Amino acid sequence: MASLQFLLNGELRIESAVSPSMTVLDYLRGIARFTGTKEGCAEGDCGACTVAIADAHDEAAHYRAVNSCLMSVAQLDGCSLLTVEGLSRDGALHPVQRALIDADATQCGFCTPGFVMTMFAFAHGGEPADDTTIHEALAGNLCRCTGYRPIVEACRQVAGLPNDAAGERHPAAQPHPCEDYRAGDQHWFLPRSLPALTTLRVQHPHAIILGGGTDLGLLLSKERKTLPGVILTSRVSEMKKISAGDGALSLGGAVTYSEALPHLDRHFPAFAALVRRIGSRQIRNLGTFAGNLATASPIGDTTPCLIALGASVALHSDTKSRTLPVEDFITGYRKTALQPDEIIAAIRIPFLPEGDQFAAYKLSKRFDQDISTVVAAFRLRTKDGIVHALRLVYGGMAATTARAHAVEAALTGQPWAASSLAGIGALMTRDFKPMTDQRGSGAYRLDAAANLLRRFQIETTQPAALTRVDAL
Amino acid sequence: MSERLDRIRGGVHTAHRHDSAEGHVTGRALYLDDMPTVTGTLEAALVLSPHAHARIARMDLERARAVPGVVAVIAARDIPGKNDIAPIRTDEPLLAVDIVEYEGQPVAAIAALTLDQARAAAKLVEIEYDVLEPVLTIEEAMAREMYVSPPQTMTRGDVNAALATATHRLSGAFHCGGQDHFYLEGQIALAVPGDSGDFQIFSSTQHPTEVQHGVAHLLGIPFNAVTVEVRRMGGAFGGKESQATIIAGIAAVLAWKARRPVKLRLPRDDDMRATGKRHPFLIRYDVGFDADGTIRGLDLTLAANGGNVADHTPAVITRALCHADNCYWLPALRFRGLPCKTHTVSNTAFRGYGGPQGMIAIETIIDAIARHLGEPLEDVRAKNFYRVGRNDVTPYDMTVEDNIIDRLVDELERAADMASWRRETDAFNRANDVVKKGLATMPVKFGISFNRPALNQAGALVHVYTDGSVTLNHGGTEMGQGLFIKVAQVVAEAFQIDIDHVRMTATTTGKVPNTSPTAASSGSDLNGMAALNAAEQIKSRMADVAAEHFDVPKAEITFAANHVFAGNRSIRFPELAALCWEKRVSLSATGFYRTPKIHWDLATNKGRPFYYFAYGIAASEVAIDTLTGEMRVLRAELLQDCGRSLNPAIDLGQIEGAFVQGMGWLTSEELWWDGKGRLRTHGPSTYKIPGSRDVPPVFNVRILEDSPNREETVFRSKAVGEPPLMLAISVWLAIRDAIASVSGGERAVNLDAPATPERILVAVADQRSRA
Repeated sequence: MASLQFLLNGELRIESAVSPSMTVLDYLRGIARFTGTKEGCAEGDCGACTVAIADAHDEAAHYRAVNSCLMSVAQLDGCSLLTVEGLSRDGALHPVQRALIDADATQCGFCTPGFVMTMFAFAHGGEPADDTTIHEALAGNLCRCTGYRPIVEACRQVAGLPNDAAGERHPAAQPHPCEDYRAGDQHWFLPRSLPALTTLRVQHPHAIILGGGTDLGLLLSKERKTLPGVILTSRVSEMKKISAGDGALSLGGAVTYSEALPHLDRHFPAFAALVRRIGSRQIRNLGTFAGNLATASPIGDTTPCLIALGASVALHSDTKSRTLPVEDFITGYRKTALQPDEIIAAIRIPFLPEGDQFAAYKLSKRFDQDISTVVAAFRLRTKDGIVHALRLVYGGMAATTARAHAVEAALTGQPWAASSLAGIGALMTRDFKPMTDQRGSGAYRLDAAANLLRRFQIETTQPAALTRVDAL
Repeated sequence: MSERLDRIRGGVHTAHRHDSAEGHVTGRALYLDDMPTVTGTLEAALVLSPHAHARIARMDLERARAVPGVVAVIAARDIPGKNDIAPIRTDEPLLAVDIVEYEGQPVAAIAALTLDQARAAAKLVEIEYDVLEPVLTIEEAMAREMYVSPPQTMTRGDVNAALATATHRLSGAFHCGGQDHFYLEGQIALAVPGDSGDFQIFSSTQHPTEVQHGVAHLLGIPFNAVTVEVRRMGGAFGGKESQATIIAGIAAVLAWKARRPVKLRLPRDDDMRATGKRHPFLIRYDVGFDADGTIRGLDLTLAANGGNVADHTPAVITRALCHADNCYWLPALRFRGLPCKTHTVSNTAFRGYGGPQGMIAIETIIDAIARHLGEPLEDVRAKNFYRVGRNDVTPYDMTVEDNIIDRLVDELERAADMASWRRETDAFNRANDVVKKGLATMPVKFGISFNRPALNQAGALVHVYTDGSVTLNHGGTEMGQGLFIKVAQVVAEAFQIDIDHVRMTATTTGKVPNTSPTAASSGSDLNGMAALNAAEQIKSRMADVAAEHFDVPKAEITFAANHVFAGNRSIRFPELAALCWEKRVSLSATGFYRTPKIHWDLATNKGRPFYYFAYGIAASEVAIDTLTGEMRVLRAELLQDCGRSLNPAIDLGQIEGAFVQGMGWLTSEELWWDGKGRLRTHGPSTYKIPGSRDVPPVFNVRILEDSPNREETVFRSKAVGEPPLMLAISVWLAIRDAIASVSGGERAVNLDAPATPERILVAVADQRSRA
């Protein structure tokens, strides 16, 4: 009988009866009785449940911080999982634990185990100890007591530890990967190749495709759903590929945000900066571009960039494949052109032609780990100071990610100057009638959408001007 | 002799670290949900009202009861005793009766073998509602004169005459929002029935005694049949004072019904929907002042959204009225406090407890005066500060005897070089069009003691064992604020033994009865003194034994460095403890403390409610984006008066944490209800408390030196839990300063709190439209 196998704090666990709809958090607290890992929100936003995972078979792999509340235990298969209980060695605290104590960085202590694990992944991850990196690393962990100053200080102390935590993965007790797991009425699949995936897709048309699970995970953690059929893409080797060449960056359909970031940094730095504001590291370590597209959320952060950049998706079924521009892939509110037998095998982002200018902006109440009020991606080509081509793509303004066609049309052929933007506020109302919700009023969204374009105009024409508070 | 001169480890005034720090970082510190439960313990879930205001037409619990695993289902009619958990007034039901008055109000509850069974069954409870029109805003409640308790006033002099004759007069209004506590550990309780009609309740509560009383009332049993215990909370901030009784009460009624232990742990969404928050306020003012900014009269209305029931609202209003003077002498005034009733969740205690709202009122008024006159805010403030020996009586007739405001202003000026900081900010604004900076300071005077004198008492229980180890118990609760370590330091200091020998034990109504909540910043003031009192009693008895042992007068016995001395002779503390046992001398004592000097007249809102004041001052610099309203706090300089700090490391943590929490209240933390009164920000995905990046990159926090409390508090320390939260009003004022800068700085700023990007952008547009 197939079983889920993984290392938990260095010990092999073989689970053949556990429900795959159980979250890792519930497994840890309820079954394994490692209660150091806490539930603070069960929606992947507070970080109290943070644990660290790595591929159990890859000694060189870095541990990554993830939200155990959003993860299914099935996603642990083949992993080495570390919790706060697994860090001290021979009674000695891990340097991260020591640093937090020495900095007086705990008060109520409930968030602390999550911070410990985030900082553990950061410390062994070979990253610099500058404030920008530290805040990026900590963005997925909330503390309500300390005001963070001592936690950040502790973080500075521990940066640059060697990647020696791989020693936790004992070769003698390596987990055997599972491809097909049944528990009761639940049947979950972990295919390893694209043909296997597309075949399963046809055989199980009602099964849910699970990429990173950072959205679907809410069904498990908050809705407490039992999912009878699920196909995980995370092991499909073809879909883990990232390639740059042939005029484009290609991201496999199972590539996570974190895996793509170094490549985005090189080819699309503005897009990369925006991706760093999607969720938190814990989210980005699991979440995938394909998943973000497939949910077709009107506030999905990647979609405006992908549309502005003219990206396309490669859709595969067991018999055929096709390519569709992302703009055509999104067909409505949470609706896509994906056929029942298709999966998103890859996303292709063409490199920006010489002379094109591109920017991506996100507005939210909090800089980090927040859902966008408005997200915008702009692409501009000018000739002699005149707008030659312009793509203005917005999220948060309509039921889908959408272009501001009226504004685009009005500005094309006009000088790329502040004076040309005088009337865009009124034009925006032709393109969008945004809703009012907890993130902002429709009026604010309209004003902000127009002003982001003004920011773009300033940034493309006066590079020395200060236009962002986060630059200070 | 050298041994005698050694300081003990962990005495008072040392920066000893939190006693649970190692437990925190290893995950070994147990919170209530981590405790192993006995076999048969049930898990519980709530059924919450989906409507803000409705009549319950029909309720059918049968389908829920039929769910496999369900053991007990309860609604209001199943409560065997009195369905009332009001902390101050009466008639505040645990479970709704006939009418629901807010979206998220508990109506029924389920206990089942597993959590998933309980939650699934909760969805199957069928309730038909006749939806009624909700009252959702303070304005609407004021128009209908809907209050949860009587309006309060505080007056002095003839305010009408003062306003009429003043050279200048300004009036205005603004809102400041509420705040969710967002303790990381959600509300939780475990109720365990005993074998003789008694109940053991484990509750994440700041107020074990109130939980005890609540459960006893609900079950119709005497207080001595309910024991409430709490070892630690994962944060509380006022949210686990009266609100904890809701959770513990429901768990207890379910346990009573099921005759089995029941654990109730709220999911975050339920926690945020069902339990109270900081009060939103509508602030209206009419102020008269001289040409130099000296205030002559202030007519102020502080209207609080109390939510559906009184809960803590009357006392929050009182504290708001008692802090609307902040540091300023107001010769003629009329303060009105309106406890408005709306169909939203009942608002409750939250760090500051009305103080922040009272202070933001006066500070915003002084900001308006300064802009009206074109004078620096700091100059107008200085004209109005309380003086020493004159102009020193508060609106509630208490004389300010410990005024150190001038000293704080001077020290901040020196430490932060305010003049050049201001020049740099102005220069930046001249050079930049899109991004604008603002800079402001904020002085704080916060009254320490519960306004209600009776609450200012505490008990402690201290045992010395014959090996010299000490067990300490007191009525205060540990929520992360470091109370346990501070009180242990007091006991270690009293006995002159290393703190390693003092063990803190879980707070329980079975050891120290009739306790006050751990609230109002009073934890270490009250419990520290009670523990000191207990330790001194035991010490005195031990000194008798030592005097006999050394054959010297008792007066010659001294405790120092883990020893007890008689001149050059000494005995180790454990040996003396063992000797006491031999001599049949008790090594256990209960200690008690009552705060002296305080009194309060509820009818007139006059008296001396506070034993002393804690002071502080801050300066903050912000930058705003005038295209998007985005804001960033760039630098904050804080100086806080902690008296002679019991523990500078713990106090520093309190100051920093309070400031950042206050910043969140005024910036990113927006509670948003839809038109039907449904809270739409009920989890961290939508409700945004500050993250690490939001903390000012330059954040300098200092504890005021050489500033012992002039009153005889425990080792001359001062309370620190709440006061620094209000230093964050400097951020609010700095944002206003940045907004004003777009039109030269002298126009009034129209802004509500929290200053979200949207509100900032609207305020910038408003500034420009009047330019």
